[in-house]
Amino acid sequence: MRGDDVTNNGNTAAKSGNPFKLAGSQLDRVRDWWAKAPGWQRWIVYIGLIVGALILPAPWIGAFMSPYSDWTTVLFFPIGIYILMAIGLNIVVGLAGLLDLGYVAFFAIGSYSLAYFGTQYGWNFWATLSIGIGVTAISGVILGAPTLRLRGDYLAIVTLGFHEIVRITANNTDEIGGARGITNIPHPPDMFGTEFLFDPAPYYYLILATIVLVIIFSRRLEISRVGRSWAAIREDEDAAELMGVPTFRFKLLAFAIGAMIGGLAGAVWASQANFIAPTSFPFILSATILVAVVLGGSGNLPGVMLGAFLIAWLPERFRGLAEYRILFFGAALVLLMALRPEGLLPSRRRRAELAEGTGGMGSMGAEVAGPTSDPDVEVSSK
Amino acid sequence: MLDDLSNQFLPSTVGGLAAGAIFALLALGYTMVYGVLRLINFAHSEIFMIGTFASLFVLTTMGVTGPLTGFALIGMLLLMLVVSMAAAGGAAVLLEQVAYRPLRKKGASRLAALISAIGASLFLQEFFALVVIPAVFDKAGRNTTGVPRLVDRDVVFTIGNANVRTDHIIVIVAAIAMMVLLDQIVNRSRMGRGIRATAQDPEAAVLMGVNIDNVVRMTFLLGGAMAGVAGMLYVMEYEVTQYNEGFVLGIKAFTAAVLGGIGNIRGALLGGFALGLIENWGAIFLGSEWKDVIAFIVLVVVLMFRPTGILGESLQRARA
Amino acid sequence: MTEPNQAPALLELANLTMAFGGVVAMNEVDLTVREGEIYALIGPNGAGKTTTFNVVTGVYRPTTGEVRFAGQRIDGMKRFRVTKTGIARTFQNIRLFHNMSALENVMVGLDAHHRTGALGAVFGMPWHYREERRGRERALELLDFVGISGRADETAKNLPYGDQRRLEIARALGTDPRLLLLDEPAAGMNPAEKQSLQELIRRIRDDGRTVLLIEHDMGLVMHISDRVAVLDFGQLIAEGTPREVQNNPKVIEAYLGAEADAS
Repeated sequence: MRGDDVTNNGNTAAKSGNPFKLAGSQLDRVRDWWAKAPGWQRWIVYIGLIVGALILPAPWIGAFMSPYSDWTTVLFFPIGIYILMAIGLNIVVGLAGLLDLGYVAFFAIGSYSLAYFGTQYGWNFWATLSIGIGVTAISGVILGAPTLRLRGDYLAIVTLGFHEIVRITANNTDEIGGARGITNIPHPPDMFGTEFLFDPAPYYYLILATIVLVIIFSRRLEISRVGRSWAAIREDEDAAELMGVPTFRFKLLAFAIGAMIGGLAGAVWASQANFIAPTSFPFILSATILVAVVLGGSGNLPGVMLGAFLIAWLPERFRGLAEYRILFFGAALVLLMALRPEGLLPSRRRRAELAEGTGGMGSMGAEVAGPTSDPDVEVSSK
Repeated sequence: MLDDLSNQFLPSTVGGLAAGAIFALLALGYTMVYGVLRLINFAHSEIFMIGTFASLFVLTTMGVTGPLTGFALIGMLLLMLVVSMAAAGGAAVLLEQVAYRPLRKKGASRLAALISAIGASLFLQEFFALVVIPAVFDKAGRNTTGVPRLVDRDVVFTIGNANVRTDHIIVIVAAIAMMVLLDQIVNRSRMGRGIRATAQDPEAAVLMGVNIDNVVRMTFLLGGAMAGVAGMLYVMEYEVTQYNEGFVLGIKAFTAAVLGGIGNIRGALLGGFALGLIENWGAIFLGSEWKDVIAFIVLVVVLMFRPTGILGESLQRARA
Repeated sequence: MTEPNQAPALLELANLTMAFGGVVAMNEVDLTVREGEIYALIGPNGAGKTTTFNVVTGVYRPTTGEVRFAGQRIDGMKRFRVTKTGIARTFQNIRLFHNMSALENVMVGLDAHHRTGALGAVFGMPWHYREERRGRERALELLDFVGISGRADETAKNLPYGDQRRLEIARALGTDPRLLLLDEPAAGMNPAEKQSLQELIRRIRDDGRTVLLIEHDMGLVMHISDRVAVLDFGQLIAEGTPREVQNNPKVIEAYLGAEADAS
């Protein structure tokens, strides 16, 4: 009797303990199919996804997805903006293996650039958007250049500090509105005969188009020499450098590209929000986007987007939870790291790296020793 | 500008030393955990926050509403100290157990550990805001909670135009005493030897019969207790706290740890005071609203030019 | 065998000292590797051989002395630049990019001379695709050259040990080096594998590359090297043809005597 019980328990435990693994093998099957799928099959999937995204704001979908607030608005913010930011942060964290805890700083810089130049000089949306992206790219380089040679966990803290610097500076600088922020930010001009005012639908399609473009860019980078170099840096930074990869330059590139996408998201958001203030950019937003990336499976675009979607949508769908949202985030992060550090939909390579406990953090790995103990670092810091 | 400097230099120095004492105590926790586990214990700032609320709890329970003097004051301070150290130390041990130990056992990457730490940090903040503060203190969880004055702001002596008050002296003396105590524990006791050995080479330490789990637990206990002391002194000196009071302070304390050389106990002391002084001196020129920015810029600059800090890294070299 | 002594010097270490704190890993070493030769570096463990590699590839900056490659000073140069000037290496304990495919590993090496940056890739410029296509072809050639052509799509860490060593060589060849540094390439190989490795090293040389080799297997060293240098406690104690070195009493005392004559 007891013996039976034990074996039964053992079996069920093995079964119930394994849903992740089972899901993993299903996932691999889908992935294998995708890898071998001919072009026309892929195009069917792409077109299906795009059509799905186009009809997504339909009221009958909204009735289920967002019973408490306007579904199209929710689709633009938080869902669309979070997805865009997650794709950007994924380049930094997932592809280049750099932990950025202050990603929202770039989002803020993008927002502020668009708002400031739009309100002070009355420049149009496209000009201010470009300026916003340019300014964030430059700020990414300015932050990255001195800090990207640091160990990964130091980088995490420095980026966190950078976020605080940006937030407090915005708060203390009257030129950009100080604590009151900036109001009456101009909306984008009419496009394709559609007015951008208070109707959320045009903004949704704008962010959708942006996301599609950024996905294409990100994917192209990933499978190019650039993405290969990032992967090599993640796996063994020293070996990569010795194989001719200018590791610092590529890390800086990842940082700048990530920053640009963050700035782009910020600018688009500000053009809809009409009003921004330093309080619009709390640390928790950085943490939220990081959670989205890690939850979804850092390094894998569909996973990251799924993560961002869930993180943005769940609190809207279950309003009762909204107050406890961050509490659950926190607990979820701890649990996730203990049970499935690779996230829901990891890329195969990432999963292997994290299981080894080595890759996953590039410069953060214990192999790359501290600045004094290893003469390697003297070399790389010159 | 120069007028400002001559008027404010000495008062800022006193304020900077008091702030630095608290940074230093908090930096110890970061430095010790980093030395042993190579992990930035991101939730350490919440351990500090728990320490502040433990002290507040003592004050409320004992019905303190105004300043105390003499033995009553000493007794109250000691009670707050013990309760805060116990609460923060206990919370730190629990934190290690729940958020880090499972990962350590699996040999997970340090990215995973850091993210788990962030999760624990968020959880603890929210848990206090949503549950503990409303239930125990009967206050709105997200508001700043004022703390009744415990120590009169009596001027004990003056240096130039700087008033050195009783509370300043308590903060600075208590912090230094605690750090001397900790330094002795780490350098003299058997457990301290275990901590240093593990920091130097975990594998060798295991081979030499060191129980790593105990060492890690003890590291968190000691670091947590120091955060408890910091919390108690903070409540007494600044007379406020809230659910996320530790966040910015935590980053600064980490900066102090890096400044002194992370993993280095005496470095934490030096880094804490240095940061407190730099921040307050800088505020003379820029205004106190830029204090935090000054601290973070110091962090970036230190990491750029001397990533091993003033005294260099690592626990085992803390003796030198 | 050709007479290599007439060829110009490719790599020169001049009066090179490498000290770590108080420990001197290389002491006033002078060493010249000539174009087109197979040059072996031998010596007991801890003699400073891998340190020599690290100094040459820019991992360490020498305490004193110079490193010249094709007449140009390379000490103090950044590591990736050293690689681009034409020096590539393998590692004593294999350091492949484990979770990348064999092909991708070689592609990383080839990328050392690729030009496409982020913009070219993002906007899908024609030269980007051309480079990728040619890179892929060249990578397959190199995998074939080292003898693991069927394994292009396998993850590096799943390859058998000997194939991982070959893949490391292919990755290094990807950077198109004039000088290839091999750090104990035969370690852990069986006699048959060693035999084919020996042929591979010859073919690399016949391709017009120079090989500098650290190896413990004396049979292999004596068989394929044009010249041999012996390091002991950071000092260069002998240099010459395999025969000369074998008969050098200092060497016999320091090294061969201790390890028994394996040739």
